[in-house]
Amino acid sequence: MNTAEVAIPTQDAGAQPAIRLELVSKRFGAREALKSVSATLARGRLTGVVGPDGAGKTTLMRLMAGLLKPDQGQIRVSGLDTVQDADDLHFVTGYMPQRFGLYEDISVIENLRLYARLRGLASGEQSELFARLLDFTRLAPFQERLAGQLSGGMKQKLGLACALMGEPEVLLLDEPGVGVDPVSRQELWRMVDALTSDGMAVIWSTAYLDEAERCAEVLLLEQGQLAYAGAPEGLTRRLHGRSYHLSSPQGDRRSWLAQALELPQVCDGVIQGEGLRVVLRQGQDLAPLADLASRAASTMTPVPPRFEDAFVDLLGGGPGGKSVLAEHFPAVPRHEGATVSCRGLTRRFGSFVATDHVDFDIRQGEIFGLLGPNGAGKSTTFRMLCGLLSPSSGEARVMGHDLARAVGAAKRQLGYMAQKFSLYGLLSVQQNLAFFAGVYGLSGAAKSERIDEMVHIFQLEDHLAASPDSLPFGIRQRLALACALMHRPPVLFLDEPTSGVDPITRREFWTHINGLVHKGVTILVTTHFMEEAEYCDRVALMVQGRVIALDKPDALKSQVADAAMPDPTMEQAFIRLIERVGASKETT
Amino acid sequence: MKPGHQTFDWHRLAGLMRKESLQIMRDPSVALIAFALPVILLLLFTYAVSLDIRQVPLGVVLQNDGEAAQSLAAAFSGTRYFRVVPLRTRRAAADLLVAGRLRGFVVIPQDFSRRLQSGMRQGLVQVVGDGSQPNTANFVAVYAQGVIGQWLAARADSATTAPVIEPRFWFNPDVESRRFLVPGALAIVMTIIGTLLSALLVAREWERGTMEALMATPVSVVEILAGKLIPYFLLGLIAMLIATLLSVTVFEVPLRGSWLALLAVSACFLVPALGQGLLISVLGKNQFVAAQAALLTGYLPAFMLSGFLFEIDSMPLPVQFLTHVVPARYFVTCLQTLFLVGDTWALLLPDMGAMLLLGLVFFLLARRKLHKTLE
Repeated sequence: MNTAEVAIPTQDAGAQPAIRLELVSKRFGAREALKSVSATLARGRLTGVVGPDGAGKTTLMRLMAGLLKPDQGQIRVSGLDTVQDADDLHFVTGYMPQRFGLYEDISVIENLRLYARLRGLASGEQSELFARLLDFTRLAPFQERLAGQLSGGMKQKLGLACALMGEPEVLLLDEPGVGVDPVSRQELWRMVDALTSDGMAVIWSTAYLDEAERCAEVLLLEQGQLAYAGAPEGLTRRLHGRSYHLSSPQGDRRSWLAQALELPQVCDGVIQGEGLRVVLRQGQDLAPLADLASRAASTMTPVPPRFEDAFVDLLGGGPGGKSVLAEHFPAVPRHEGATVSCRGLTRRFGSFVATDHVDFDIRQGEIFGLLGPNGAGKSTTFRMLCGLLSPSSGEARVMGHDLARAVGAAKRQLGYMAQKFSLYGLLSVQQNLAFFAGVYGLSGAAKSERIDEMVHIFQLEDHLAASPDSLPFGIRQRLALACALMHRPPVLFLDEPTSGVDPITRREFWTHINGLVHKGVTILVTTHFMEEAEYCDRVALMVQGRVIALDKPDALKSQVADAAMPDPTMEQAFIRLIERVGASKETT
Repeated sequence: MKPGHQTFDWHRLAGLMRKESLQIMRDPSVALIAFALPVILLLLFTYAVSLDIRQVPLGVVLQNDGEAAQSLAAAFSGTRYFRVVPLRTRRAAADLLVAGRLRGFVVIPQDFSRRLQSGMRQGLVQVVGDGSQPNTANFVAVYAQGVIGQWLAARADSATTAPVIEPRFWFNPDVESRRFLVPGALAIVMTIIGTLLSALLVAREWERGTMEALMATPVSVVEILAGKLIPYFLLGLIAMLIATLLSVTVFEVPLRGSWLALLAVSACFLVPALGQGLLISVLGKNQFVAAQAALLTGYLPAFMLSGFLFEIDSMPLPVQFLTHVVPARYFVTCLQTLFLVGDTWALLLPDMGAMLLLGLVFFLLARRKLHKTLE
């Protein structure tokens, strides 16, 4: 599409920055959301506002959109002060909130019409503009559909189209990549690239560090402070020659990772499919790691640093490899056969088949991932396995207990940690722990002993009287995990456990999980976050209710590898596999 | 400010109104509240809630078989207010009363003929009511005395010519409660449509996150408020017309005033009703809180403090003052005037003015409280 008419001309690009932030601070009650942030954002560029949840991204986006007023400092957008010139500001900015902000009960075209009028476009100009926007977003075939019935990706594209109405000079997109499958995400990138090359300033906020690498510039936020501003390469360059890939170590790769993380020279390390990815501390000797690699009969090769490596390094390195939790957790007795299994598991909602004949078996001590775009049937499958939803046909078993017949027995065998952490905000940390211990049937001395143990393991001593809502994200996550593990279940279900979590907390979390797996706990993870898929032993990819691929992450990657893409990432593999299903459908 | 950047723009308002109308048409709950609820409420108020006494089970204990006693018993049977259960002993009547099968009983004593001849008028018969239902007990006592009074008068009439007092009720000759309950019910219906529906409006936009996107456009607060109000104002008027039509045709409540006056009065009432709802909505930002607040500050006062069920004049003085800020109070008065009396503009105009004034206050408050920021 030719966006020249949508975007503003570039001639005054050099004259004035798109946005200038001067010592901007914002607090909500006692919490400081932003602390003295200063930066200049250029026109014709994609700038990423990057940071984990709670870092202050949304606050900064809302400040720039004039929806919040800074407590201190000043923000100028296209030369307009966001407080004094608030009325004019809304004519030069397009803003897409994190939550879908359009009307779900009216159609795509009606939403466009509304926003065209709100932005003062005469009805004469509308039809041509709509045609262009619909073409640009590829929503033309769906223009009569109610916005609420669009998929996550299409909703974001519609949001983008509405935000583009009225030729904004600055486009503010708050976490447009959340809840969007990789295919739609790619399309969003394509559109944003077209807009920036026409001179528009696009600000894209994200918690995914891989998205940061695609931005021309980033503002990296950490607990309200600007940790880095500039090109992402500027940050990753510091890590040059410090990132290594260790191919398939012999034996349990998770134990090797734990050993590597305990080396004082190692800054950070994660599981990547069959192998490990390890980052050294600045100026440290490579020899101990090389020694570990040779003991593991693994080949060590230097790899280009990633933005995430740099972020972890900036934060002072990741946690060690030992999990205190796993040390206290008793070994799970051996279980013959599958710990979790589905046979022809199907669930219909009216004529819609959410889960369509799903089969898989999970072995004891395995991390099994359920991947797929929104609406693929992950959650429905997951809910049936938790006993929250009964299957229309087929069967699901946990530790041999049929979920259709022995829901209670099956539920006692599993721990569940929801994405939003089902903690009670009105109860203190201590009361939450006591409540969950009680729910799982613990009482008396056993109960208080188990609670004390959890408090000790997860270092919750200082927070016992606090409400979970007032705690930082990382501590809340520890509490949620403590509650889910209170009854020492042999099977643990995790729903997008670390999406949007800062990398340090995420590593800490996975260290615990890796330790639990070592003790024989079976883990089922649902996610659309590719990073989490790398931690899995096997992954089932779901699309439109069916499992279209089930294998080790590395095997899935090599399935789609070809001359053009010899070493695909998990996300690229995901996109390819989905495209293959789409292609085979069109030919049949 | 640049040209076109004014705080009010017809195009933007038209866009918002169009969106709101589409949402109204697609939302089944709106149709339910605006069109089905009035029918249900009218049915309830005309059939289930009746303040009239009709066919109340009354025991008549006849302990005297004389001609006079028989004639009085027949007089009880002859009224439509009572369904008479003839009995012989007090004991039997008392048992039935305790069992809840009678609402009261009348004892015509053994020496009834003697008492009557001696000219005794007090304590001629005994009337016993069921005090556990005070309202009905009162009715039983009053109506029973009425029956006895009329019977005595009729007897006296045939003998001598004593003066007879015949009551006449203006405006509602049959003293049918339906005739003043239905106008009140219409006020309740309009309060629900006006205040409850509009209280959910802005709160819903906050909850669904659509307000955030709206705030980031050049739209002004006045446009947001007006864009919500105008469609609901029209919806309210249409619902009022339908409900009135039903009252007049199906429930046979005569409308003495004109339809034009009815529309004018309703329009005046919708201003404070919608304004109150919007204010709640702006403050609440959450549909649950907004619904609760609308019920407490809109529906309940409209029910209890509007003079619809309980007469304002018999309320304690502080409560009487309080009724002045309940818009439904003026509306109920206006509707009763229109239905029972006619277009008496001298009565209607002050009430209409009061409603508009209340509405203005609500709007100014809502305008002040809705900011174009998320703070």
